[in-house]
Amino acid sequence: MKIIVCVKQVPNTNEIKINPETGTLIRDGVESILNHDDANALEEALKIKDRDPKTEVIVLTMGPPQAREMLEECIAMGADEAVLLSDRALGGSDTWATSNALAAGIRKIGNYDLIFAGRQAIDGDTAQVGPQIAEKLGIPQITYVREFQMEGKRITVQRALEDGYQVLKTTMPCVLTCIKELNTPRYMSIRGILKGAAAEIKVWSAEDIGVNEELVGLKASPTNVYRSFTPKPKGKGVSVKGDTAKELAGNLLAELKEKHII
Amino acid sequence: CPFKAIEKTGDDEAVDLSAYKNVWVFAEQRNGKLMNVALELIGEGYRLAKEISADTKICAVLIGDNIGHLADECYAYGAEEVILIEDPLLKNYTTDAYTKVLVDACHEYKPELVIYGATHIGRDLAPRVAARMNTGLTADCTRLDIKVSSYIEYADKNTTLDTSTLDPKDPSTGIKQTRPAFGGNLMATIICPKTRPQMSTVRPGVMQKRDKVEGAKGELTVYKPQIAESDIHVKIVDIVKSAKELVSLTDAEIICSGGRGLGDPSGFELIKKFADKVGGVVGSSRAAVDAGWIDHSHQVGQTGTTVKPKIYFACGISGAIQHLAGMQTSDIIVAINKDPDAPIFEVADFGIVGDLYKVIPQIIEEWDNAEELYDASTK
Ligand SMILES: Cc1cc2nc3c(=O)[nH]c(=O)nc-3n(C[C@H](O)[C@H](O)[C@H](O)COP(=O)(O)OP(=O)(O)OC[C@H]3O[C@@H](n4cnc5c(N)ncnc54)[C@H](O)[C@@H]3O)c2cc1C
Ligand SMILES: Cc1cc2nc3c(=O)[nH]c(=O)nc-3n(C[C@H](O)[C@H](O)[C@H](O)COP(=O)(O)OP(=O)(O)OC[C@H]3O[C@@H](n4cnc5c(N)ncnc54)[C@H](O)[C@@H]3O)c2cc1C
Repeated sequence: MKIIVCVKQVPNTNEIKINPETGTLIRDGVESILNHDDANALEEALKIKDRDPKTEVIVLTMGPPQAREMLEECIAMGADEAVLLSDRALGGSDTWATSNALAAGIRKIGNYDLIFAGRQAIDGDTAQVGPQIAEKLGIPQITYVREFQMEGKRITVQRALEDGYQVLKTTMPCVLTCIKELNTPRYMSIRGILKGAAAEIKVWSAEDIGVNEELVGLKASPTNVYRSFTPKPKGKGVSVKGDTAKELAGNLLAELKEKHII
Repeated sequence: CPFKAIEKTGDDEAVDLSAYKNVWVFAEQRNGKLMNVALELIGEGYRLAKEISADTKICAVLIGDNIGHLADECYAYGAEEVILIEDPLLKNYTTDAYTKVLVDACHEYKPELVIYGATHIGRDLAPRVAARMNTGLTADCTRLDIKVSSYIEYADKNTTLDTSTLDPKDPSTGIKQTRPAFGGNLMATIICPKTRPQMSTVRPGVMQKRDKVEGAKGELTVYKPQIAESDIHVKIVDIVKSAKELVSLTDAEIICSGGRGLGDPSGFELIKKFADKVGGVVGSSRAAVDAGWIDHSHQVGQTGTTVKPKIYFACGISGAIQHLAGMQTSDIIVAINKDPDAPIFEVADFGIVGDLYKVIPQIIEEWDNAEELYDASTK
């Protein structure tokens, strides 16, 4: 059985700062990490491989050359192979164009049974790429997967809803997008780390996967960034005064009353 | 790097865009009940439709089985037209069936804009529909504008954007969709200039419902779907409602949230007492959820619920950007934290530096005496 896991290298958004003068992101010195949900996606694939060692797990990413580091990390966790789609022509893709490129990469890998992705990337934050890959490949999707079971080619999953979950059944191949409730990702092993460092990572260009400027990149993308900016910092509010907890509480309530808030 | 500050004008350059007309809201229903966000979006869609032109209609699209009775509710909240799509195979949401009928209906009636609630269902359906129609989709919007002049007004008031390069008389009627990214560190306004329909998902709790007009009527269009069992590749075996009570954070007027500063799970007993006193709902930070002190359904923030109550009490919450992303548009924020440098004070309207275990019991005790406290303070 062959499983493809879509993984994205993302900046650690906890560490991101904005340059107050230009209003742009400061990326220098910000750690790049494997997107959280994608670690859950990879873990689920690796669990299948634990049960059936003949399973082949291939990680696929689209990104700049330095995404290689993250792919090595995925191999260190236990993935067998890694593919990097990297080409200037792919830059500036929105989710429509990103999913065109990833679907083309998946078709080139071929003969897949399952595709795992994260529900959402913490930088772009759209949660659109998984479903859009499924549409481009013409196969079913199940998003928000919180439990996964497999019997032969049949799979049963729990899909999280806001107020519960659905139990869904489908057959392979299909795309599943994973959330953190699904599992706890494993650590890299020492042997894995050595394997990752030595691994040969396939790098494919737009031409290699047969996509052109009508399908990928900034110009092909139906959405464009019109403007980008940072929210205005709210002015500092009132610091409530008081020497005791009773005074603090009393002064707060008096203020709230005065401003007709309560 | 996928992100460059590429700026484009709002010019609609491609042809035949004018064949597309009207604003659609995917009026999500579950078990024959409309989701709150559907009504919020009808309110927002109404506003957008009127900004586009006087004869642009706001249509609610109802998909399900035996749900005709929901049309009146859509009219009451502002829908001028309801497109009703019913079939036994549409009773419960499936990606395959709903995508097919919504795409077919879009081809038939050609809306210029379709908005969906960013619910677990909306975020499953919208990307699939947008991909099938080869059009753009903007995720998780928190602000929508048609007129450049209203966009400028919004941006000047709430953002650091230099609006001097924008022309308030720009006649474009393409939608400007504003959304947070990078965990709320950056906001982007996204346009979809070349393809139609334009599509967005919108976070629940962000847009305003219109006042309900009992007995309001609109036009009903019944659309006969072409759908067969064989179109549906993912079968629903069961739908399980969680036993836990649903926390309606999005509707709450007052929210009392606790964070890691509570120190241990029993802290939520105090928060619950606080919420009961003030008629509020209990919220939490992710740190408190991760610690296992409270269920995820209470979590406020980027990966929890977005809330906009009249008053948000943040108790023992530091104010991480991901938490702020879910609550900073609350009308009034009150922060109680023992660290005077906690970032939560940067967004708080009222800040109390102190131990929450001392301050909250006093607020509970004095809550009903606010009137007298105010009188005393003015003397
Ligand atoms: C500020 C900003 C706002 C944006 N807003 C929008 C928007 O509203 N609509 C839009 O269409 N585009 C938008 N984009 C562009 C979008 O971020 C990119 O298309 C990005 O490549 C994919 O989207 P995402 O990060 O949201 O991924 P998501 O859809 O959130 O990712 C879901 C999963 O898909 C897989 N995946 C995603 N990207 C890759 C990849 N490169 N390689 C391998 N697997 C991947 C991963 O498994 C991931 O967990 C925006 C970009 C920026 C910078
Ligand atoms: C991808 C991602 C998504 C995330 N999504 C969310 C999200 O949706 N929601 C969210 O909340 N977080 C989210 N986080 C986590 C976020 O970054 C913070 O870790 C989290 O919000 C911290 O929670 P906290 O403020 O309760 O804890 P802390 O940061 O530990 O703050 C505790 C505060 O309590 C104060 N305190 C301690 N004792 C007392 C006392 N006795 N009285 C008064 N004050 C006291 C301390 O001074 C401190 O400021 C996310 C993180 C990531 C990476």
